[in-house]
Amino acid sequence: MTRSLARGILAGAIACGLLGFGAVQAAAKDSLTLAMPLEPPHLDPTAGAAAAIDEVVYANIFEGLTRIDSSGTVQPALAERWSVSGDGLTYTFALRSGVTFHDGTGFDSADVKFSLDRAMAEDSTNAQKGLFGAIAEVAAPDADTVVITLKQPAGNLLFNLGWGDAVIVAPESAANNKTNPVGTGPFAFERWVKGDRVEMVRNDSYWGTPAKLAKATIKIIPDPAAATAAMLAGDIDAYPNFPAPEALAQFEADPRFKVVIGSTEGETILAINNARGPLSDLRVRRALSHAVDRQAVIDGAMFGYGTPIGTHFAPHHPAYVDLTASYPYDPAKAKALLAEAGYAEGLKLSLKLPPPSYARRGGEIIAAQLTAVGVETEISQLEWAQWLEQVFRGTDYDLTIVSHTEPMDIGIYGRETYYFNYQDADFKALMAKLNATVDEDARYGLLADAQKKLSDDAVNVFLFQLAKHGVWNKDVIGLWENSPVQANDLTAVYWQ
Amino acid sequence: MALFVLQRLAALVVTLLVASLVVFLVMEVLPGDPAAIMLGVNAREDTLAALRAEMGLDKPALERYLIWVGGLLTGDLGRSYTYGVTVWELVGERIGLSLPLALIAIVLSTALAIPLGVLAAAKRSKAADVGVMGFTQLGIAIPNFWFAMLLILLFAVYWRILPAGGFAGWDAGFWPALQTLLLPAVALALPQAAILARVTRSSVLETLGEDYVRTARAKGLSRRAALWRHAVRNALIPVVTIMGLQFSFLLAGTIIIENVFYLPGLGRLIFQAIAQRDLIVVKDLVILLAASVVVVNFLVDLLYAVLDPRLRGARHGP
Repeated sequence: MTRSLARGILAGAIACGLLGFGAVQAAAKDSLTLAMPLEPPHLDPTAGAAAAIDEVVYANIFEGLTRIDSSGTVQPALAERWSVSGDGLTYTFALRSGVTFHDGTGFDSADVKFSLDRAMAEDSTNAQKGLFGAIAEVAAPDADTVVITLKQPAGNLLFNLGWGDAVIVAPESAANNKTNPVGTGPFAFERWVKGDRVEMVRNDSYWGTPAKLAKATIKIIPDPAAATAAMLAGDIDAYPNFPAPEALAQFEADPRFKVVIGSTEGETILAINNARGPLSDLRVRRALSHAVDRQAVIDGAMFGYGTPIGTHFAPHHPAYVDLTASYPYDPAKAKALLAEAGYAEGLKLSLKLPPPSYARRGGEIIAAQLTAVGVETEISQLEWAQWLEQVFRGTDYDLTIVSHTEPMDIGIYGRETYYFNYQDADFKALMAKLNATVDEDARYGLLADAQKKLSDDAVNVFLFQLAKHGVWNKDVIGLWENSPVQANDLTAVYWQ
Repeated sequence: MALFVLQRLAALVVTLLVASLVVFLVMEVLPGDPAAIMLGVNAREDTLAALRAEMGLDKPALERYLIWVGGLLTGDLGRSYTYGVTVWELVGERIGLSLPLALIAIVLSTALAIPLGVLAAAKRSKAADVGVMGFTQLGIAIPNFWFAMLLILLFAVYWRILPAGGFAGWDAGFWPALQTLLLPAVALALPQAAILARVTRSSVLETLGEDYVRTARAKGLSRRAALWRHAVRNALIPVVTIMGLQFSFLLAGTIIIENVFYLPGLGRLIFQAIAQRDLIVVKDLVILLAASVVVVNFLVDLLYAVLDPRLRGARHGP
């Protein structure tokens, strides 16, 4: 009798504990729990390349002079407005007043000068130092004005200043931003349980429209099956970059959820080492372009999500030129081109695949398609560290598959050294001209020329634009559908 | 006994020294530049050099080894390249999850396995034995990650009484933290219990056939008393050995379960650190785990002496 009583009490206690947890989760409606696949190594966007850093802090905790909005266009942020001198060499920014950092320190032009000088400094560890390459000097004539002088005109300066790597930090707190980020954004960092989640709370002294959410939690869930379970269990409210496209149908069928397919800046390409033996022959590269059936890759590797591309440019950008018809899937033509180049007997090429599923799954499909035209591939699967070392830095490869997720990155084809080993004076001239052009229409014309040039030269086999598949609770409003920059901008998110 | 302890301690130090050398050399030959991984594909050469200098990677290998080992000896594990905090801090956070999880799992599995194993041995070839053996067969055959997914589906998705994963953290309160550890602990404990039950059964069967058990029965002890006081007690040595191994495994060998429940444990920390080429964290963790295995084995050896008085005097050999 006493024993069963004790047992009953114990069971009751356990049940209360369990139910108590559920109640806490369900009650609050001004808080949001969002999940993402990779944990940021630290939270300082000015000292690391990991996209996961921006996915936590961009627009939420940190802001720059400008910001990039959900449609990918430049908007004013900490700079209220700006003017550009006639020669395109001097940018004068009028800063917003009444801005404070989360720790209470004031924001003025000295902070801007500090942040930009720090990013450009000799010992800077900014991963995108190139963004500031055109800047000659940053001056702060008075507290509300910043003047940036350029070495040469840079039409993309305002866009560059909107990157996470160019956010404004305070000299008082910059050194600790990796673990305790202090910015000017609508959310203030609260805590980081490493390996599990980052929590932030609304910044009540924000200069602009305050956030509607009082609290936001970003959880780290790398495993696709775990992500599916957490979503179904209601542990998380949104997963904007859902890692399991195969599970999307299940969510579409469930009225509790919304599935949103958007676009990203990820041009996924079969990259070619243009300096390697047969691959330096334009006919061979064109043959490869004809040999790959993009739609089959999208269907097979991406469960049908993704937009075919014909050049290195995002289809949703206004300057995009549709060149997918330049190299239609045509194995016979591919064979003919190979024969013409002297490889009628076939070719043997290495295909090095980094870990993401688009590369691993896509690689198998592409290898089969290439075999059909007589190109044998030797597949090796690499970790990111090895890929960076062998392929990216060592250019010891013939073919690789990778998604270039930086926005507006067509300029990489004009670099002196880059792993495609594409060296073309005309393209470089085109890029120089683009950099010197500020007028939007003229820039779009040059960008169109650049896209055509890359397609004509068949520099790489351009596969598809990586889709962004998000799943979230149907009552959550205001999350980005596309990702023009890697971010989870929560400033306008609320519960219906 | 004192000599035995000293010998074991000397072996412990040598093992760790050898381990440190192996770990360091393996990290040296591992391809991948930590600076390049942190700064990504757009980094410029001067930025990479600046970061390498900041992390001390520009010094010669021998110097870096000595700095590292010197740090270990003085308790300074260094600073994680990627997280920017001290390795102690990282380990401290993770151990707050991994240690309680391992303890709960080992307690659950022992509480399940020993009674079942003894029962099966005592009722050899009867229905109970067949039932227990069938259960353990199943427990070994079912992969623990799959069992974990079933638990999630049932408790988190269908009944919604437990979270599907994650770790609330101890500062969120005892209950919320424990709730997040329950399902993973059960998923880890079941296969371990199955193995342990089988070891217990065969070990008890062996001792049941020994002369001293027959003597105990002959001098008038009941079946039950002879079983528990003589057979089971003498059968515990292999059981404790297996438990020691299992505990070492549970501390960091649970990467898959940590992934299924997205738990920030030691296993995932090592996994991430390797992928990120956070070499200092990898080196430190491997040494710490090697140390924990050696220490657990040492404790198991001491436990033998407690369990079996005969070993107390006899342990002068190697």
